[in-house]
Amino acid sequence: MQPIIQTRALTRQFGTLTAVSDLTLEVYQGEVFGFLGHNGAGKTTTIRLLNGILAPTSGSATVLNLSPQNDGRALRQRTGVLTESPALDERLSGYANLSIYADLYSVPAADKASRIAHLLETFGLADRAGEKVGGYSKGMKQRLALARALIHNPEILFLDEPTAGLDPIVTRQVHDMIIRLSREEGRTIFLCTHNLAEAQRLCNRIGVMERGRLIALGKTDELAHEAGLTIGLEIEVTPDSLAAASELLRNQQPSLQVTADNHRLTVSGVRHEDIPTLVAALVHAGVGIYRVTPQEASLEDIYFALHAKEKAQ
Amino acid sequence: MNQRAIRAILRRDLQVVLQSRAVLIPMIVLPLIMVVGLPLILGLTTRSASPSDPNIAEIITLLEQLPPGMLDEFGDLSLIDQALLYSLIYFFAPLFLILPLMTASVIAADSFAGEKERKTLEALLYTPTSDGELYFAKVLSPWLAALGVTILALIGYSIVVNFVASPIVGRIFFPNLMWIALTLWVSPAAAGLGLGVMVLVSSRVNTFQEAYQLGGVVVVPILLLLFGQLGGVIFFSLPFVLFVGLVLWLIDLALLWFGARVFARSELLSRL
Repeated sequence: MQPIIQTRALTRQFGTLTAVSDLTLEVYQGEVFGFLGHNGAGKTTTIRLLNGILAPTSGSATVLNLSPQNDGRALRQRTGVLTESPALDERLSGYANLSIYADLYSVPAADKASRIAHLLETFGLADRAGEKVGGYSKGMKQRLALARALIHNPEILFLDEPTAGLDPIVTRQVHDMIIRLSREEGRTIFLCTHNLAEAQRLCNRIGVMERGRLIALGKTDELAHEAGLTIGLEIEVTPDSLAAASELLRNQQPSLQVTADNHRLTVSGVRHEDIPTLVAALVHAGVGIYRVTPQEASLEDIYFALHAKEKAQ
Repeated sequence: MNQRAIRAILRRDLQVVLQSRAVLIPMIVLPLIMVVGLPLILGLTTRSASPSDPNIAEIITLLEQLPPGMLDEFGDLSLIDQALLYSLIYFFAPLFLILPLMTASVIAADSFAGEKERKTLEALLYTPTSDGELYFAKVLSPWLAALGVTILALIGYSIVVNFVASPIVGRIFFPNLMWIALTLWVSPAAAGLGLGVMVLVSSRVNTFQEAYQLGGVVVVPILLLLFGQLGGVIFFSLPFVLFVGLVLWLIDLALLWFGARVFARSELLSRL
């Protein structure tokens, strides 16, 4: 599959500070790509580089087959960005905020009113569209900013901390919108966040940044593997084979911790790649298996393990 | 140039400015004081003053130093009346230049530094407008507003001056050629000066108030013109006004050229 975003050794320095260092990654059409990292890890700078509003010190990037540096205008016509702070004109109404950006993005005049009305309706702001944004709640502002980022139907949506400071209900609404935009509308989403539960819930693949460097890239299980994390297994077996299965697993890998409870074995310390071997050994020994459930490491475990590993290096 | 985008930014900046009391109050109060209050007070007090009054005596001394041709058409009038006409026509000319300069400065401070303070600039930078279009639109809105205020002020001032002095002169005599040149040639340049300075100041500060206070120094050259005229060193004759306009336009060009360099996206982002 052709990547929609591709960077090669992308680097940006501000004086002696390297905000983004040697970044190489690919993002594919229709995926929700999570870009994780602490504050100051280089996430926002990367969004700026990918949209051509900041020039790289070295390296290159292509987004939608365009060079952000050389084709910035054409590129920004096809991308939408939700900045970390909503950056709305609070002295103007919600409608005026969208109307101005519709003009800035050259939304066809004939479609402008219907497009704004549709977005206000979709984001639950139609009733208060005529009011000044300064009087909106934080959640309403965030929804309006998201509507603004979508005013020109962008193919890629860059979201910088879209749920920071929002209450759980609004956070859920924003998550549902991200899922809908990705799954139903096929948009590519580049999601910068330090909310690990959010990333785990929404993202197909994740890149982890640490002080400007990409220290890991892949799906959650791949990251767990890269972090050297083991996982747990729950194996439901026939009651008569419980003891034998327990014994066999301990013999197979002495490092495993196995506890038997009723007709279920709980195994910890398993490496992801060893699961097929362990299951095959049980089957070969005639153990009746009803169900094998891997207990995956949480993204939080993975994230901290990756950072610990990075620090140790 | 994407004219629709430029119009959108113009509309937005002016709408935002009109919602701010900190910007609106100086824009309304200053012209009212300068084009209505002061000339009315001056006109009414001078008409009832005697030539021995020290202030009037000073103006009469100035009248004697005037270059030929400046008040010739009023040569038949009394010295007191000539002193009044001198004050209304020449004394207020440099003061009048403060209007476009301050209006452009206040709006530019809100448009550039205020935008940084409100954190609304970044979203604008992500739009498909070019650096040039953004800069042009953001410079144009304070400049047009300043021009509008100045023309309105000239209309107001003309009404007041004719109300105060046309009974003496016997006809509607204001604005004269010098004032038309002042409004159409020098005032836009004075607005450009306030604007240019504020663009540069705003790139270094983070709030509207800081920009407004620091950028206030731009009024100094206009005050020098005012004191120069009060001291009898310079006079706002038509050639002098045309010359001042030319100098200001040249300064504007330099300031706006530097401003355009500062307003590049990459420069702005490194300061956000």
